[in-house]
Amino acid sequence: MADTHLDPNVLSALQEVMEDEYPELLDTFIRDSEERLHLLQNSADATQLMEAAHSFKGSSSNMGAVRLAQLCHELEQRAKQKSLTGIEKLVGEIDGEFAIVRPLYEAEKQRSLSE
Amino acid sequence: MQSLDPLTILIAEDSAADRMLLSSIVRRQGHNVLTAANGAEAVEAFRQQQPHLVLMDAMMPVMDGFEAARQIKLLAGETLVPIIFLTSLTESEALARCLEAGGDDFLAKPYNPVILAAKIKAMDRLRRLQATVLQQRDLIARHHDYLLNEQRVAKAVFDKVAHSGCLSAPNIRYLQSPYALFNGDLLLAAFTPAGDMHVLLGDFTGHGLPAAVGAMPLAEVFYGMTAKGYGLSETLREMNAKLKRILPVDMFCCATLLSLSFQRRSVEVWNGGMPDGYLHSIATGERKPLTARHLPLGVLSPQTFNDRTEVFPMAVGDRVFLLSDGVIDTCDGNEQLFGVDRLQRVFAANRQPYALFGEIEQALRDFGGEARDDVSMVEVSLLEATQLTPPALVYSDSGQSCPLDWSVNFEFRAETLKRFNPLPYLLQLLLEVHGLRAQSGALYSVLAELYSNALEHGVLGLDSSLKRDASGFARYYQQRNERLEALQDGYVRVHLLVAPQGKGGCLVVRVEDSGKGFDVARVLERPLDGVRLSGRGVSLVRQLGRNASWSDEGRSARVEFFWEALA
Repeated sequence: MADTHLDPNVLSALQEVMEDEYPELLDTFIRDSEERLHLLQNSADATQLMEAAHSFKGSSSNMGAVRLAQLCHELEQRAKQKSLTGIEKLVGEIDGEFAIVRPLYEAEKQRSLSE
Repeated sequence: MQSLDPLTILIAEDSAADRMLLSSIVRRQGHNVLTAANGAEAVEAFRQQQPHLVLMDAMMPVMDGFEAARQIKLLAGETLVPIIFLTSLTESEALARCLEAGGDDFLAKPYNPVILAAKIKAMDRLRRLQATVLQQRDLIARHHDYLLNEQRVAKAVFDKVAHSGCLSAPNIRYLQSPYALFNGDLLLAAFTPAGDMHVLLGDFTGHGLPAAVGAMPLAEVFYGMTAKGYGLSETLREMNAKLKRILPVDMFCCATLLSLSFQRRSVEVWNGGMPDGYLHSIATGERKPLTARHLPLGVLSPQTFNDRTEVFPMAVGDRVFLLSDGVIDTCDGNEQLFGVDRLQRVFAANRQPYALFGEIEQALRDFGGEARDDVSMVEVSLLEATQLTPPALVYSDSGQSCPLDWSVNFEFRAETLKRFNPLPYLLQLLLEVHGLRAQSGALYSVLAELYSNALEHGVLGLDSSLKRDASGFARYYQQRNERLEALQDGYVRVHLLVAPQGKGGCLVVRVEDSGKGFDVARVLERPLDGVRLSGRGVSLVRQLGRNASWSDEGRSARVEFFWEALA
């Protein structure tokens, strides 16, 4: 189940790179993502929506949140083509996906702290 | 990954997690990291800390990565600061925008540390290459400035030497590029003590400083020997030997040397490898080519060098025109040479002698030739001897050791007469006597005349009546050369006697020769006109010296010089 949301290979690579800072990176990502979700939900126009989705896609992909990155990519494309019908449903899905990965990241943090 | 020197790398990324991740990757690779959360911060960080390389997110708040990249490239100027765009952009249009803004490469998200390290390394190589190129460009520019400065200094020094001559004399007109020296062109002119004028137009092989270095010793020999009263032959031999000794094999100097005698109204010419010069007779309109008969200076050994000159009569107003090969070798667009025929046509069309240089230049321009800066021309005209005042000689000694009561006898025999000119030595000896210095020109002219009479008419038995017309003039000098070469016996004796007289003094010069003598009475009957080509020597001696007399059937000439108390 976790594999469709988080790529374990990415996580282990991140831990290797970050060493002691790994838990902090996870925290930072969670905080950052909350801000970006807020931006997504309050975008004034398609351009803002596209930019916010683009940035969120980038950091999600870096953090191995494969499904989140995929959803952000879809949102970015839709915003770009200005096909905004049903866009709120897509934003809702991103919100839902984050609600799934967030505890996974927190668990990962606890796991790394207890190592 | 640690193999390269640590760089300072600026990371501009608005996502805190991405920034943190990238910082760790870069730091782990051994570099120093600066961070910025938007474009404006990135530009400011660059301004303050000049990082070597920038990792730039394209989409950032406040100022996006494109604008920040443009500003950073502007600030960096000529220095290459590579910018790698961090992007998950995939559309080619967006990637093109990155390049247009000055981006040098891309790094896609998610980040791959191995690829990032490879890109940093590649960009660092590029950055160093650019720095090296700039450094070398600046080095070349510095060397170039240095070279120009050296040329300026060399030219200034050389101008001092060159201008010690008499190029500004009223009978000389010349045209030369100010930097002709660095094209190997050389123009020198100086008076001999007797008031003759020596002119040299030379052309060294090569360009630049190498072409100029030979000019200095050549000018030194030219001025030194001319001032001491040496003739063309001795000066040529010395110049050739000196250049042969000091120049590399592939360097030499084409040159034409002239000796204009205003008193004898003649020009002596030696041309080694230069284009034809021209002797322009105003009376007949003829332009007699002065053709190269010798190899350039500095080619032959002193033993094989040929110093034989040609002598031509000149009338007042006649001109000698010399030019460098830059004139006739000027090419048009089709590689055609301007050539001698075109030059002759300019001569033929010329009406105002003073306009000739301008007309030649105009013809070169009309010909469509590229402007060459090695075009040198000089024209020397024969004036009345009285129209020219050779500069007074400057002496540096105090006069305390001036010899005032002495005599000396010389006998110069056949082998010596062939190759040695004793006049400069005799003159130098006499000019130790301060009282004689004021009349050094007359003294030298008289000595030269008596000596050449004794040698040519006495020892060599040449008939001066040959010189009555121009063709005889040439024949005379041809015979002179032949007989001198074949000479076995004979002598010229010179007796000098200096004695104090009151507060001044007196010099008696006696010159004897081993020849047949001449009918003194008949020659002395002629009026003192000094204009005919022949027999002028006797008049000249009588005009310039005192109490001139001939004895022993013309084999012994005697003349006196007096001076008063010195101020």
